[in-house]
Amino acid sequence: MFIDTAAEFDVRAYLRPEMMPHFLCPGCGHGIALRALLWAIHDLKIDKDKLAVVSGIGCAGRLSAYIDANTFHVTHGRPLAYATGLALARPDLHVVVITGDGDCLAIGGNHLIHACRRNLKLTCLMLNNEVYGMTGGQVSPTTSEDRLTTTTPLGNQEPHFDACALAMAAGAGFVGREVTHHVPKLKELIKAGLAHPGFAFVEVLSDCTEIFGRKNDMGNSAEMVMRQKSGIRPSAYRDTVDTPFRPNHLPTGILAKNDRPEYGAAYRRAAAARKGAA
Amino acid sequence: MNVIDPRLASKGALKLVSGNHACALGAIAAGCRFFAGYPITPSSEVAERLAKQLPEVDGVFVQMEDEIASMAAVIGASMGGVKAMTATSGPGFSLKQENLGYAAGAEIPCVVVNVMRGGPSTGMPTRPSQADIMQARWGSHGDYPIIVLAPASVAEIYSETIRAFDLAERCRTPVVLLYDQVIAQLSETVALDGAGSATRTWASGPRAEFKPYATGMNAIPAMPRPGDGYRTHTTGLTHSESGFPTQNPEAVTRNLSRLFSKLERHRELIDSCETLACEDADVVIAAIGISARAARRAVEICRAKGLRVGLFRPITLWPFPEEQLRAAAMNARAVLVPEMNTGQLRLEVERVFGDKTVEGLHLFSGEAIVPADIAICAEELTRGM
Repeated sequence: MFIDTAAEFDVRAYLRPEMMPHFLCPGCGHGIALRALLWAIHDLKIDKDKLAVVSGIGCAGRLSAYIDANTFHVTHGRPLAYATGLALARPDLHVVVITGDGDCLAIGGNHLIHACRRNLKLTCLMLNNEVYGMTGGQVSPTTSEDRLTTTTPLGNQEPHFDACALAMAAGAGFVGREVTHHVPKLKELIKAGLAHPGFAFVEVLSDCTEIFGRKNDMGNSAEMVMRQKSGIRPSAYRDTVDTPFRPNHLPTGILAKNDRPEYGAAYRRAAAARKGAA
Repeated sequence: MNVIDPRLASKGALKLVSGNHACALGAIAAGCRFFAGYPITPSSEVAERLAKQLPEVDGVFVQMEDEIASMAAVIGASMGGVKAMTATSGPGFSLKQENLGYAAGAEIPCVVVNVMRGGPSTGMPTRPSQADIMQARWGSHGDYPIIVLAPASVAEIYSETIRAFDLAERCRTPVVLLYDQVIAQLSETVALDGAGSATRTWASGPRAEFKPYATGMNAIPAMPRPGDGYRTHTTGLTHSESGFPTQNPEAVTRNLSRLFSKLERHRELIDSCETLACEDADVVIAAIGISARAARRAVEICRAKGLRVGLFRPITLWPFPEEQLRAAAMNARAVLVPEMNTGQLRLEVERVFGDKTVEGLHLFSGEAIVPADIAICAEELTRGM
């Protein structure tokens, strides 16, 4: 099915024209993810004045500057911690975190697992391109085995994280994953995450063509995206046992959803109950 | 010093509280409505008290997963427009430095309490120290301005906590409240009658013309509040008046020059110090915190012997009150710096004077310096002339 996404949604209403041209490399998947996020925000009619976007350091971290909202580009690995303070102090704001695989899973890994556990209402969009692109292409916690990076000249010998499995194990109320090839599905997934009353973790499989793709001879952007697409198992086929899906194919779509109590509301309720009892 | 200050006798709300509890109560009185922290000795009582009190005033307390996260959450809350604080001790203060630098660079008001304990590293968690004097000023990377307040009594912890919030809001800067384990866990009678701190200056006027880091004569920009329609960008990258990242040398120099000089332009608001018997002093003792209290007694001991000894006590430690110190010790022939470290305050005092004799009395055994030891040093300095 062909969907004319340009006709359905004009992204320019949500961007800062003074920040263009953007600094992403040709072929980078991050722009597609950004567009899907803004489309989801548009569909949900979230007021830009009440939208706060907090991002960390790295290629993904730079995206907040392009969004016409209240945007905060903070320190490496810490956007979830900043966002926790912001969301607790201002429950009237809609707080979205944009982070990358290094920002979120390596230097910020502690904040991720505790944000999942705490279940404060936040939407965390992690753009996974398997590499530290901004710093020139070093190995990240999600780099696949045997891949070449500037710091794994022998091929990566470390096992990689499954970010969604990590988020689920840490108790996240909403967990989902999608590839940039499926833009409307990605938009719908992000919408479900934004609408979730607690902490929502959405992993986007993005591609770093210029640095990671080139180093590993993975072809152009379209070839990288198609390779990702052929390596997933969409949620509709989750219980399918036979081919064409393989056991190591990454499940996509909504992977976990529960209605654990949202932390901010629970805290305020407990405080009100204590005051009422006094 | 250990009796009730007669000035308090006529006041109503006298309470026996510890330094850390006084800090928590001062924060509530100042309008602090958000605290994020991580347990660490000897500052944990600040967090414990606020965990109980903040929900009573519709504030929020959160214990974060680590020291770094608690500093980040405090800045996040303040960016949302709520007065926010964290409290820690040496090891945690080290971990907070990167985000403290962010608050200084992006100009986000916040208060950071550092209860100094013995170091280096894990050091002596239950023992006092004054070895974070330089870390409080220079702990984060890059050049940046910061205010550091150094109270010397429980009553002063209360009033300086309120002043810390006031200065943070007026100057759009992080403020460090620096005190030691002794006064943190010492209980004294305090009049809890201070209240309120400055309301933040919020951006107003049309969005189209608004530049978040453009300033008038006072060099301190008004902050845009999320939700008010300005939709601005805040970053730790070097930015121009627009708030967006830039590496344009002129724009970088313009904004950083303003940042580096903004506290200097407000010294009359920031400066605070105490002088005791300095007018005719041959020897001036320069000290902060619990060491200054011992020094005060040492001055009495020396004066009783007819020795001309005075005390200079910075209450605002950074920016350092160098003019006030120079004036206080103008006629003195020597300055004595008793401190619980290897000479951090002495280094700054030496910088101020250049050619005057500056002697240190340094103790890093985990014990507080006692008055008799300071008096002996001061006496030797008066005799040595």
